[in-house]
Amino acid sequence: MSSTVSERFARLRDEPMIPAGRPAGGTWGSVREVFQQRQLLDLLIRRDLKSRYKDSALGFAWTLIRPLVQLGIYWLILGQILGSARAIPEFAIYIFAGLTLYGLFSEIVSGATGSVVANAGLLKKVYVPREIYPLSAVGGALFNFGIQLVILLIATLAFRSFPTFENLMFFLPATLVILVWGTALGILLSALNVYLRDMAYLVEVLMMLLMWASPIVYSWQMVFSRATDGPWEWVLPIYTNNPITLGILGFHRAFWTAGGPEQYPDHLMLRMGIAILVGLVALFFCQRVFARLQGNFAQEI
Amino acid sequence: MSTDNILAVDDVDFADAPTVVSVKNVSKRFVIRRDNSLKERIVTLGRAGRRHSEDFWALKDVTLDIPAGTTIGLLGPNGSGKSTLLKVIGGILEPTTGEVSRRGRLAALIELGAGFHPDLTGRENVYLNAAILGITQEEAEAKFDDILLFSGIGDFIDTQVKFYSSGMYVRLAFAVAIHTDPDVLLVDEVLAVGDEQFQKKCLDKIREFQQQGRTIVLVSHSLGQVQELCDSAVVLHHGEVKFQGSARHAVKNFREILEGRRVAEAEAANPDEDATPGSVDKVEIASPGRAPGEELRPGDDLVIRMTVSHTTPLEEWNSGFKIENQHGHLVYGTDSRKIGLVHSPLHGTTTVEYRLDDLQFGGGPYFIHCFLAKKTGEHIAILREAARFVMADDDRHAGMTRVATAGRELRA
Repeated sequence: MSSTVSERFARLRDEPMIPAGRPAGGTWGSVREVFQQRQLLDLLIRRDLKSRYKDSALGFAWTLIRPLVQLGIYWLILGQILGSARAIPEFAIYIFAGLTLYGLFSEIVSGATGSVVANAGLLKKVYVPREIYPLSAVGGALFNFGIQLVILLIATLAFRSFPTFENLMFFLPATLVILVWGTALGILLSALNVYLRDMAYLVEVLMMLLMWASPIVYSWQMVFSRATDGPWEWVLPIYTNNPITLGILGFHRAFWTAGGPEQYPDHLMLRMGIAILVGLVALFFCQRVFARLQGNFAQEI
Repeated sequence: MSTDNILAVDDVDFADAPTVVSVKNVSKRFVIRRDNSLKERIVTLGRAGRRHSEDFWALKDVTLDIPAGTTIGLLGPNGSGKSTLLKVIGGILEPTTGEVSRRGRLAALIELGAGFHPDLTGRENVYLNAAILGITQEEAEAKFDDILLFSGIGDFIDTQVKFYSSGMYVRLAFAVAIHTDPDVLLVDEVLAVGDEQFQKKCLDKIREFQQQGRTIVLVSHSLGQVQELCDSAVVLHHGEVKFQGSARHAVKNFREILEGRRVAEAEAANPDEDATPGSVDKVEIASPGRAPGEELRPGDDLVIRMTVSHTTPLEEWNSGFKIENQHGHLVYGTDSRKIGLVHSPLHGTTTVEYRLDDLQFGGGPYFIHCFLAKKTGEHIAILREAARFVMADDDRHAGMTRVATAGRELRA
């Protein structure tokens, strides 16, 4: 027996036998697995971004054109023609801040939903921890979010209302709320989409509903004043504690300096903290469901 | 064994090899659902929904242990579960029951693919695959030139993979897989694609891997390849392990299964006709001057007597034989058509004798297959390994034949 062979056998004997495919270890094991494969995750995110803009004429400019056009439409129609801008100072920044953060949420969820099915080729040929596919959608969405954030900051500079440090304290928790809830929903839907292929339509409707259920193009103040002391008062806490609403409100607090304290519910920071914690629990459960369903992905796609 | 002069794999004996793959009581069920959208599920809710799904057991209680350093072949008719078993070993599918454990680095080439993304270039895909298989980007960069050279893709490495032909795809996939220094290599039908030059490169590399003590699991429909490359083989049929043992016996077992299937199909298609009207009943061989079972020497004669029968009268027919060595290579064969022997019409049973003069074969065991054929040459019945004989080894020669050779030096 040659030395290379005996070396190989000795090395193999020292390695423990691991289960083929997904190793045991629950959620923490999965997190570890994904971390081990972070170079792959990085490559997949790059690949997604590259392939999205590879053959397009304007490249990354497309990520900005849609939100800017949306901004233009809402500002003009809702703000000027319908008159929302009368109640909300610096309406353009208000809308763009909301759209940017909501864009992160909807891109994460829509991108993640189809991610597993879109990667069918890779999935059926080689084993990688499957969470990587929805997570790469999260990565791509964060990149686009970053670009829009830069534009937002430039806009606040142009309006001469650059946020103070106290304002910016709300930025991170707001982003985290959206990130955690978006990822949880994205992971869950990506697994369900494999078995029920029309999830994409459900997601479309859901995103539309959630956008209008958050104070993006109107203010929370308006809802508060309409609901208080009325027959619909019980809706107000549900409406306010919706994590997406909280995230949007936090983002407004961070970037929309023109809004006074009456625009926000009390204990916003505390509410966001609770939303993040509940979101982490939701993320844990969604990952568990994903882990149960992922065993049969390769044959369903 | 001096029938071939390549370093024979049989000579290397890996005693004490650790188990690298352990498959225990693995069963895999596929549920064939006909409703796979939310709308359809709601429409066919409950009992009606259950009628829309069918159970298909692709693997039934498969148990297999693969020691390091072996090359094991998976044989089986289409739909027998070979690719499923390979995917279960590779971790791509989870078994319904049972467990699979393994160790060492695993590279898999499943169904002609290696997990390339169609929109990326070959170069980007090499890095992607390296990352998947656990190679760092620096290592991948260092090996990139070797991979490119082996694959022979050339400048196409910077074109998107979706434009590759299947041959180019497979060449790149194989090149990447073997350069990742795997301990276990899963190969699924990959060697069927690619030109002769590439196939030879693949086979050479596989032999190199065998020498280095790596484990290879090979799924192939080429029985010759399996016999040549594999130490052992497993025959799967309808998801069950029907046979496990040496490659040669497994191939024989597999051919019997195929024959059984052919007969069943023939009977189903034409229930009135006899699916096996003819048969080669027995074959006897003898060498004048040698005792039965004794080794033959070059120059000996061989007499083959085969008894054939047919249930209905056969006006024109042919008989013949093939002699193969232990690797399944055809060493010599002929039939009555070729040598101009015209048989009288066959009623019932008769015996045909072939006399081979002055055998000059190399040393080693040989197997004789005898067949009964129609006038056109189409086989009616074949009896494989009907007889066996051994030619004595001779250190002065190597290869399948003996030739009287004389060498001398020429003065300049």
